[in-house]
Amino acid sequence: MEIPKTFLGYKREDGRTGTRNHVIILPVDDISNACAEAVANNIKGTIALPHSYGRLQFGADLELHFRTMIGTGKNPNVAAVIVIGIEPKWTKRIVDAIATTGKPVEGFSIEGVGDIDTIARVSKKAQEFSIWASEKQREERPISDLWISVKCGESDTTSGLASNPTVGNLMDKLEPLGVHLCFGETSELTGAETVCEKRGKTPEAQEKFRKTWSSYNDFILKEATDDLSESQPTAGNIAGGLTTIEEKAFGNFQKIGGCKFIDVLEPAEEPTKGPGLYFMDTSSAAAECVTLQAAGGFNLHLFPTGQGNIIGNPIEPVVKLTANPLTARTMSEHIDVDVSKILSREMNLDEAGDELIKATIRVANGRLTCAEALGHREFVMTKLYRSA
Amino acid sequence: MAGTDIIIHDEKDNVGVVVIEKITPKQDCDCWIMENDKSVKIQSMDEIPLGHKIAMTDLNEGDTILKYGHDIGKVVKSIKKGQHVHVHNVKTKKW
Repeated sequence: MEIPKTFLGYKREDGRTGTRNHVIILPVDDISNACAEAVANNIKGTIALPHSYGRLQFGADLELHFRTMIGTGKNPNVAAVIVIGIEPKWTKRIVDAIATTGKPVEGFSIEGVGDIDTIARVSKKAQEFSIWASEKQREERPISDLWISVKCGESDTTSGLASNPTVGNLMDKLEPLGVHLCFGETSELTGAETVCEKRGKTPEAQEKFRKTWSSYNDFILKEATDDLSESQPTAGNIAGGLTTIEEKAFGNFQKIGGCKFIDVLEPAEEPTKGPGLYFMDTSSAAAECVTLQAAGGFNLHLFPTGQGNIIGNPIEPVVKLTANPLTARTMSEHIDVDVSKILSREMNLDEAGDELIKATIRVANGRLTCAEALGHREFVMTKLYRSA
Repeated sequence: MAGTDIIIHDEKDNVGVVVIEKITPKQDCDCWIMENDKSVKIQSMDEIPLGHKIAMTDLNEGDTILKYGHDIGKVVKSIKKGQHVHVHNVKTKKW
C-alpha cells in the first residue's frame, strides 16, 4: 500500500499540527473542578478536564503536575486554553508556559471572587475562544506531523499474537516517514527489560532505559505486599490466558515492531530529539499513561486491547484495535479496527498494518473514534507520592 | 489458511496459544509456528479456551516456559504435553 504523504490537520501557531480543535477549560487543582465544569456546561464547544490533584504537592511530584498541566495545554490538538486555579501564582505559571506556543490562553483565580463571579467572567472569555476556534479550518499537513503514542490494555494473548504486532507493523512503516512515536508502560516491560534495553539506539538511551526500569521495579518491590496477583497481570489478563508479567511484557513489546528508541522521556516530557521512537516512563494504567503521552505532545493514540479496555482521552483521540474475535463481537462499539482475522490466518500482519494506517489517517483527518463518540474523556494525573 | 487451532510464536517455544473459541480433550489440533511458517500437530488433553496456552512438550517442576523464544516464567507443577498451561502450574520469576 502506498502511504498517504499528508493528512488534514489544524496548523498551530508554533508549527505543530493538531488532529483535533479543542478549547479546554483546565483546572489547576481539584477544588477548581466545579468552576471549570460549570463554564464548559455554559459554553458549547469547550470541554473541562477535571482531575483530583494540584494542592500541597511538592518536589518531583509537583513538577510532574505542572508538566502534565502545561503539556496538556500546549498539545496541538488544543486550539485555546482557559486555566482556572484557586490561587493566582500557580495558575499564572501554567498560563505563561502554555502561552509560549502562541495559542490563546487566559488564566483566572477563584480566591477573593468566589465561584459564581468567576464562572461569569470565565464564560465570557470561553465563549470568545470557542467562537474563534470554530473558524479554524483543516489543511493539508505532512504525515510527519503525526505524533503517535501507543499503549495496550486489558491485554490477553491475542494482543501479543496479533494486535500489538499490528501496531509494530505500523511503526515500522511510519518511522521512516518522520513520524514521532512513543511507547511507555515501564512496569509492564518487566521480564523483557533486557531485550527492550538493547533497542536503545545509543548507549546513552540504553543506559537511561535501564536506570528508569530499575528505579520503577525497585519501587514496586518495595511497596508490594503480595505477588501483585490481580494487578499485574490483571484478572482480565489472566482470564484472557496471560499467566505472568514476563509473558505480558513480551506481548507488550511487540508494539514497537523493529524500531529502536532514540531517547527516554520523563513522564509528560516533550521529545526534543526529532522524529523517531521514544520511550516514556509511565505507569501501565491506561488513563494515566495516555494522559502523560498526550501531555508530551502526542496527537493520536493507538490502543490495542484483548479483553476490551474502553479508555478514551479528552484531547488525544484513542483508536482501539483488537485481535480477539469475542471482544470484537461482544464489545464492537469500542473497537475501531478489528484485526481478529489474523488469528484465523485470513489476514496477515502486513495487511493488518495497512488497515491500521488507513484508520489512523481517517481519525487524524477528523473521523471520531469509538471512544470519542461514547464520550470517554479519562484525564488522570500521575501522582508520585503523598502531598505535604 | 483456515483450520489453525494453535499458534506458536517461535520454534523454541514449549507452549502454543489456542486461537479458536476452545479446544476439547483428545482433539487433534493443527499448530502453526509463526517464526518459520511450519506446521505441527498435537493432541490436547484438556479443554482449553481461546487465548490460553497448551504445553507442546512434557514439562517438569522448575522448567522454564518459553514463548516468543523467551523466558516467561517457571513451572511449579509438572505438566504433560497437551495440557493447559496457566497460573495453576506456572509462576513468574520476577515478582
